[in-house]
Amino acid sequence: MSVLVLADHDNASLKPATLNAIAAAAKLGPVHVLVAGHGCDGAAAAAAQAPDVAKVLKADAAPYAHPLAENVAPLVAGLARGYGHVLAAATTVGKNIMPRVAALLDVQQISDVLQIDAADTFVRPIYAGNALATVRSGDAIKVITIRGTAFPAAAATGGSAPIETVGDAGDAGLSSFLRSELSKSERPELTAARIVVSGGRGMANGENFKTYLEPLADKLGAAVGASRAAVDAGFVPNDYQVGQTGKVVAPDLYLAVGISGAIQHLAGMKDSKVIVAINKDEEAPIFQVADFGLVGDLFKLVPELTAALPPRK
Amino acid sequence: MKILVGVKRVIDYNVKVRVKADGTGVETANVKMSMNPFDEIGVEEAVRLKEKGIATEIVAVSMGPAAAQETIRTALAMGADRGILVQTDAELQPLAVAKLFKALVAKESPQLVILGKQAIDDDCNQTGQMLAALLGWAQGTFASKVAPADGRLEVTREVDGGLETLSIALPAVVTTDLRLNEPRYASLPNIMKAKKKPIETLTPDALGVDPAPRLVTLKVAEPAKRLAGVKVKDVAELVDKLKNEAKVI
Ligand SMILES: Cc1cc2nc3c(=O)[nH]c(=O)nc-3n(C[C@H](O)[C@H](O)[C@H](O)COP(=O)(O)OP(=O)(O)OC[C@H]3O[C@@H](n4cnc5c(N)ncnc54)[C@H](O)[C@@H]3O)c2cc1C
Repeated sequence: MSVLVLADHDNASLKPATLNAIAAAAKLGPVHVLVAGHGCDGAAAAAAQAPDVAKVLKADAAPYAHPLAENVAPLVAGLARGYGHVLAAATTVGKNIMPRVAALLDVQQISDVLQIDAADTFVRPIYAGNALATVRSGDAIKVITIRGTAFPAAAATGGSAPIETVGDAGDAGLSSFLRSELSKSERPELTAARIVVSGGRGMANGENFKTYLEPLADKLGAAVGASRAAVDAGFVPNDYQVGQTGKVVAPDLYLAVGISGAIQHLAGMKDSKVIVAINKDEEAPIFQVADFGLVGDLFKLVPELTAALPPRK
Repeated sequence: MKILVGVKRVIDYNVKVRVKADGTGVETANVKMSMNPFDEIGVEEAVRLKEKGIATEIVAVSMGPAAAQETIRTALAMGADRGILVQTDAELQPLAVAKLFKALVAKESPQLVILGKQAIDDDCNQTGQMLAALLGWAQGTFASKVAPADGRLEVTREVDGGLETLSIALPAVVTTDLRLNEPRYASLPNIMKAKKKPIETLTPDALGVDPAPRLVTLKVAEPAKRLAGVKVKDVAELVDKLKNEAKVI
């Protein structure tokens, strides 16, 4: 049976995590991607180019201009009946919409899947990733969110799947979009970056993120992340938060600067390939997961590191 | 407006959770239990809405074993008016919890249900969205700001790209994110007062809900451990290691 993937997109293009969800879906069967949006030809065309995609379903209507769960979930649930699995990336869009889909279908969602053992058996993290549960679902349709870092992204180009228009389920009339304040950045997206430089409470203020961390990130071509403490203190916006209840990242290189290494933070970065910690407290728990630890004052070490790095290619 | 808030009893966030040797779950014997931190934020938000004269009554709801009474008492000490315990020793998965809440909504007719965006034990992040679906209500998830306006709610949500503000119809389900507020500590007099507040005990059966789990846990295992790394003496050594050993720069 085919697998339906709900795309996370901005109408013009796909969010990178959608390709991770497509890769996971391809392990289960032929992949159909639903692009629900408004003026979403760009995103639908992008989905059609992914070689793993057999068909794109496009629902282009005003109620889907923003991914409002009240409008999108009935559409997904209506289509889902023809599929064995319905997947989405565990982005804030997927996390918001998919449980609503699952409840409409009377099935128990499986969140944040890390591994697919069989068509009905999945591995997912619990307790901030301190334990991994293998669960088997008895539901007729499996509704699943995928942890992007666990599935290498599917190829984005080379395919040419047909695009089929599907009807819209209308406006539920329950919610409307008012405004957004999106962080603007020239940097790579946090969850897709090859290198991430994160700052914690040790940064002391937001100005220091600009003075110390950003030049380092620029030199590395890195995304900038943060601990919860740094976000709570207002040093950086909420979308920088890495951790159990923020974003999960697994870059080739993760630099934790002035971060103690609480389990909630580790939950979001401990699958990084190489971890570097800079912290003045040699007992900080972050050193227990760091491949390379540098003990000392970040305000001295970070500029030194930035200066010592080769210029960016 | 009457508010229902969900308060789940979970292993305290400071506890280093251990997987049981037989792989059936995690060690819960003699482990400190607390209210799910996102639910504390939910209770705090409800109490603030009451202090502003917007909420009229706050009912704190927990589902689980008899010991979840303590979690309800904590909510009562923070300012909730009364409690409901849906008592069961069976495993409850989010769909079942949402169905039980739906039954309580039919009984209590609240205008707003506030739940945490996720519980820090199963990390599911589902119940609020499921409840909204079952009720046909609007949902304001991952909320960092909630403001009543013209008989609706303006909910500012933490999303991947930053913040987004929606206007949602009431009645509604709101789920809390970390930045919604900073929960208060209950004062000693309020802890004493909470002892006298009523807690009603119900069962899934009495609410007409079959809470049987849909997912069977086959195994719980520890994740692969990272090998301990090394401390480097200075920046030059770090750069050398990253370049020549790890080859990541
Ligand atoms: C429900 C819940 C969810 C949570 N979710 C998350 C989450 O998703 N992500 C997350 O990160 N946290 C999360 N937390 C919070 C987590 O428990 C920690 O409080 C937080 O990660 C600590 O942030 P920190 O390491 O920046 O601050 P601290 O623990 O205060 O550490 C600061 C570190 O900086 C070092 N330092 C200070 N000054 C310097 C200097 N000049 N040079 C070098 N080092 C210096 C100190 O030695 C210290 O180790 C959550 C908590 C709860 C309860």
